Amino acid sequence: MVEQVRKLLEKRVESAVELEKLRQSILDKKDSSRTCISVCGGTACRASGAEAVVEAFVDEIERRELQVQVEMKETGCHGFCERGPLVVIEPKKIFYQQVKPEDVAEIIAETVMGDRVVERLLYVDPASGEKITYESDVPFYKRQTRTIFGANGEIDPTNIEDYIASGGYSALSKVLTGMKPQEVVDEIKKSGLRGRGGGGFPTGRKWQSCLDAKADIKYTICNADEGDPGAYQDRSLLEGNPHSVLEGMIIGAFTIGSHQGYIYVRNEYPLAVEHARIAIEQATDYGLLGENILGSGFDLKVTINKGGGAFVCGESSALMASLEGKIGEPKAKYVHMSEKGLWDSPSLLNNVKTWANISLIINKGADWFSKIGTTGSKGTMIFSLVGNINNTGLVEVPMGITLREMIFDIGGGIPNGKKFKAVQTGGPSGGCIPEQFLDTPVDFDELTKLGSMMGSGGMIVMDEDTCMVDVAKYFVEFLKGESCGKCTPCREGINRMSEILSRITQGKGKREDLDTLEDLAGILSAGALCALGRTAANPVMSTLRYFRDEYLAHIEQKKCPAGVCRELIQYSIDPEKCQGCLRCLRACPTGAITGEKREVHTLNQGLCIKCGACYDVCKFNAVIRQ
Amino acid sequence: MDLTLDFPKVKAIVESSTEKVDSLIDSYAGDKEQLISLLQDIQAEFNYLPQDVLVKVSQKLDIPLSQVFSVVTFFRAFTLKPRGRHLVTVCLGTACHVRGGQKLVDKMGRDYGIKPGETTEDMRFSLETVNCLGCCALGPVVVVDGKYESKINPDKLDRVLRGYK
Amino acid sequence: MEAADGVNAVSLTVDDKEIIVSAGQTILEAVQRVDGIGNIPALCNHPAVKPYGACRICTVEVSEDGGSKFKFVASCLYPVKNGLIVKTNTEKIKKLRKGIIELMLARSPNVKRIQELAEEYGVEEPRFVLGDQDCILCGLCVRACQEIIGKSAISLVNRGIYREVAAPFYAYELTEECIGCGDCAFVCPTGAIKMGDDGRPILPKVKIPYGEIEALAKKEAATPS
Repeated sequence: MVEQVRKLLEKRVESAVELEKLRQSILDKKDSSRTCISVCGGTACRASGAEAVVEAFVDEIERRELQVQVEMKETGCHGFCERGPLVVIEPKKIFYQQVKPEDVAEIIAETVMGDRVVERLLYVDPASGEKITYESDVPFYKRQTRTIFGANGEIDPTNIEDYIASGGYSALSKVLTGMKPQEVVDEIKKSGLRGRGGGGFPTGRKWQSCLDAKADIKYTICNADEGDPGAYQDRSLLEGNPHSVLEGMIIGAFTIGSHQGYIYVRNEYPLAVEHARIAIEQATDYGLLGENILGSGFDLKVTINKGGGAFVCGESSALMASLEGKIGEPKAKYVHMSEKGLWDSPSLLNNVKTWANISLIINKGADWFSKIGTTGSKGTMIFSLVGNINNTGLVEVPMGITLREMIFDIGGGIPNGKKFKAVQTGGPSGGCIPEQFLDTPVDFDELTKLGSMMGSGGMIVMDEDTCMVDVAKYFVEFLKGESCGKCTPCREGINRMSEILSRITQGKGKREDLDTLEDLAGILSAGALCALGRTAANPVMSTLRYFRDEYLAHIEQKKCPAGVCRELIQYSIDPEKCQGCLRCLRACPTGAITGEKREVHTLNQGLCIKCGACYDVCKFNAVIRQ
Repeated sequence: MDLTLDFPKVKAIVESSTEKVDSLIDSYAGDKEQLISLLQDIQAEFNYLPQDVLVKVSQKLDIPLSQVFSVVTFFRAFTLKPRGRHLVTVCLGTACHVRGGQKLVDKMGRDYGIKPGETTEDMRFSLETVNCLGCCALGPVVVVDGKYESKINPDKLDRVLRGYK
Repeated sequence: MEAADGVNAVSLTVDDKEIIVSAGQTILEAVQRVDGIGNIPALCNHPAVKPYGACRICTVEVSEDGGSKFKFVASCLYPVKNGLIVKTNTEKIKKLRKGIIELMLARSPNVKRIQELAEEYGVEEPRFVLGDQDCILCGLCVRACQEIIGKSAISLVNRGIYREVAAPFYAYELTEECIGCGDCAFVCPTGAIKMGDDGRPILPKVKIPYGEIEALAKKEAATPS
């Protein structure tokens, strides 16, 4: 026990000098001749079998007794989720994708022991047909600027020493040893950083009002309640580099004079919760969190709170209500949360990505930061590029890159030879952007001008087989289930929008419905209590603005041009193409398809429930959908 | 009208776990702020939130029962009805929706007769939906008893569920 | 300008009329207290309890920069400030109120108070499927119980369109909070709450879902596991 206590105390640093000594000693211990294998341990890769790959590596390294020469590290999400499980061999950063446990022995034998590459595991550039060996040459990564997210591939999130070795906590050190709170705020203001959670509020201004607020107790909060469906950057950051978020929070807390912090995480993110918990524990052990941080006399305690499954709790006042043990009901913010927030005390609430930017700005300076991006939107932004796209994953780019570059150069374009139709940004509060605006730079204000918004960074690409009315209905249904129900415009207004959109997608729409939808949008934006309600009509209004003809087709011709809305489509079997293979017959849940083997099958419309199972399983394109 | 007292089985479970309940509540040391976290721990233990236990939480944490009830009915993570042996969660995030996630929910309705939030009569499956798990590259995603199944279609779902008795 | 007791006075403009009121109150309170200024309708507001901001009918337009930019705010919650310009009856406001009332009328077509407002604002037939809920979810009953009586017998449960007022587990007997004072029925603006013969309030549309649990348990007890 004495030994354990001694070891614990040994780790603890009590000053900036000691931190640097620790950092140096960790770096000294690193053997640069050692090969490091980095396996992506993000939730998606784990779901694809990354843990089995990790185990295979552990076994193989042990079997060959290579522990001295080879290090294997399970890191956070590397971002190229479409191609997982991912394995990167340092130092050259040879990039292997879709790795299975069976491949591990060969990787060790060929790449680690020998100097050869396992060709079949290399990424093939669909444009050129070339096999690509190094991570930095992969088009998906090449065009990114991974100032924050890049670290995910290098560090083991459950080992604080990795973070320290890469320069972690030096920003905190700098602040605690030589900067006054107002200086920190000035630096953040100068950088031009805007909130990455959705609102895009100038971070420096928020910090200033929290600093100015006069109170004995203040709170520091990290909003990790990432609710936008399709966005998972916050999760991956918290899973893969929790210390980057923690460091930002400690700096923020010190600046405003807060001694209690909270990380509010969605309960659907168990791995992020676990890694945040470990990070807090280790930071406390090392004297970087808790009492007398780095010997500065500053105390901060950070607690993790889990959400309960409510999208509205991503809204700051609802989140704070939930932290108080109450229901997630937002309240009017006529007095800002930075003056009266949690328990009516000044509260500094920022998104995960915003916190992760802080140490970067402190270390590299506001000038460096403000050179990246556009006039109104500084720095980089991490987007989740998902949907009908070849390279699904997390992408970090400087603000100002065009949508076209994101979707086609980095995203690799639309799969299966389909055409691009729209890109949805900003989650349920955002809108859909059509082809003619693909050259718009990604920027807070530019996206808002188009009727959408940056939001939390979700970017959902939609191809020609997407029905935009169905998309609007999807978002409205989502919001209907998530509305807290307090205010009339949101509770009743969203419900009625849902009513109208359902009728339209069932072929029972009327021309006047479009006017009613616009009226409801007006009531929501002017009358709703919180941002969920105020922006609820955005998906509807933006699709109406750019795809009105689709709405009219549903209403006037009772047709769904994209072939999605059940009541308006019909499946039939093309007798010329049908091979009589019985596949569709077996797949049909209602027995609507009849026929013998090797004879043309027939579809009974009366029994057909339009589920599309036959369309999905037919290998001969013999099922027609119109 | 304490309904749990009418169900001998439930009563037995709750009474035998009084110690467990007490220790869970005590581990949060009367911290009202951690109500939601405590409720999640309790639900993980009992597979639902027994009314009896909620009354105890209200008393020990000094939170009005009406507030506990409001919280329990507000947040989707909580259920007041016992769940089935296996929990099937279908992701209906936008990316999964665009890749056909709704068909899986429909299939559960056809094959097992349950809608999201419901449990089969034989207590075999409970169905829930979730608004994005953050595995969009693998969509459509279904989680069964914590195990993630990727690129699921109605056919695959059949095969996966057959293994859960 | 300072009045007695160090309470500051605030000067603002409402519908082009300058008024001077004490600081620390909301626009709605100020407007209600001063003569000669038009009415702002409010459904979820009551002088005996704290404002809630749920019905949104009291929405007005305010400008804090001398009139160049206006925003919509709930007057029952927005504090009076020096130099504030308030407009309570613009075309935009009238349209908003009309829209909210139409939504309320579609939900509660048989509530007299809503019918009166509908007539006042020219709302005829709602363009939506009619419901039949007497409760408009103003929350006054819950707030009266908590703030005036100091009890927590009822609360707002569920979320979104399923939101309703209920006793814990829909059973008053579980706690000793309800003392049968009838305050909830008294403050209810629509008459949705009536006092029952047992001295307890009959809440609008109270469901007893626990019949389902009972049935389930009976089944469990009957089948061997």
